Amino acid sequence: MAFDYEKYLRPGKLPHIWCPGCGHGIVMKGLIRAMDTLKLDMKNTAIVSGIGCASRLPGYIDCCTLHTAHGRAAAFATGVKMAKPEMNVILCGGDGDGTAIGGNHFIHACRRNIDMTYIIMNNYIYGMTGGQFSPCTPTGHKASTTPYGNPDPGFDIAKLAIGAGATFVARGTAFHANQIDKLIVEAIQHKGFSVVEILDDCPTTYGRRNKYKSVIEMMNRLKEVAVPVKAAEKMTAEQLKGKVLTGVLYKEEKPEYTEEFAKVIERAKASK
Amino acid sequence: MEKTLPKIEIIEKYCKGCHICVEFCPTKVLEMKGFVVAVKNLEACIKCMQCELRCPDFAIKVSAE
Ligand SMILES: Cc1ncc(C[n+]2csc(CCOP(=O)(O)OP(=O)(O)O)c2C)c(N)n1
Ligand code: SF4
Ligand code: SF4
Ligand code: SF4
Ligand SMILES: [Mg+2]
Repeated sequence: MAFDYEKYLRPGKLPHIWCPGCGHGIVMKGLIRAMDTLKLDMKNTAIVSGIGCASRLPGYIDCCTLHTAHGRAAAFATGVKMAKPEMNVILCGGDGDGTAIGGNHFIHACRRNIDMTYIIMNNYIYGMTGGQFSPCTPTGHKASTTPYGNPDPGFDIAKLAIGAGATFVARGTAFHANQIDKLIVEAIQHKGFSVVEILDDCPTTYGRRNKYKSVIEMMNRLKEVAVPVKAAEKMTAEQLKGKVLTGVLYKEEKPEYTEEFAKVIERAKASK
Repeated sequence: MEKTLPKIEIIEKYCKGCHICVEFCPTKVLEMKGFVVAVKNLEACIKCMQCELRCPDFAIKVSAE
């Protein structure tokens, strides 16, 4: 049997708004398969996003969803999780939403180690608004606001998340579609703040400015740059030049925020 | 023993003609017909599901049995 995605989608929502070949649809399908693997109760699962093409994702999925303000997914999601710690809370959005306007919320959600999973679709650009550069646009690359090449160095989202205290960090790509659900499953199962960065493609605003002739060229690039962490162990620094590690990059056990907060409430009650 | 062919369903109204499934099918089963994808050589399908996995648009389904 073919996988039944429709079961998880709100009726009448397809075709979705994403452009031909946009990887956001591939990521959404990965998330749906992960939700299916974990048999998540849709009534007890919330997907929270900010603003952007990537942030349109929750609108398609038939569970509890929250489409919030630009960069504020982590803030709203934290509110949901604090009010209902038993809920599965999943955040999603783009590189612009998560690392520019939402960068502050992102690092503090990592620091708190609150039990939520953040899927960040990194297409290196502000897709929705016509291709302005984001903090993830690589140096030298073109955006509508950097027509002569971007002078800024880009963020490494996974490293940023690890540095800020996230306790599970993984990376995949839209090309490696069958890995996406597996990474998300592990991330959701992890107790604490988990980040899954998916390297993605925006043919419409990023690809065409940066000399990718087609979606296929963008997909081939994702295929070529990705190196699984295990394979990287056997490679030299020279061989790893220009490559990006994929798979589970970091994992540790640490006290989880809603549980620690519950203890604070107990202490406060006991002191009365 | 007769080989059972998989079923490949294409939902034309969802297909945006991105070529991803055509390009990355290892046995070149699919082709573009105008703006949408079509099955060219079902016999060659090895049921790897790569087309279904990578289609961003829920537009192609492979049933293996
Ligand atoms: C407060 C505020 N500032 C700016 C915008 C305009 N805006 C909408 S989406 C977006 C960027 C989205 O980029 P990203 O998160 O990378 O998503 P993508 O579209 O690339 O998937 C911006 C700047 C906004 N909606 N609200
Ligand atoms: S503009 Fe880019 S990110 Fe937005 S839907 Fe189109 S391809 Fe995807
Ligand atoms: S299942 Fe595999 S072999 Fe068959 S059409 Fe799809 S990609 Fe090609
Ligand atoms: S991958 Fe999907 S949308 Fe793209 S051409 Fe194939 S069936 Fe159509
Ligand atoms: Mg983006």
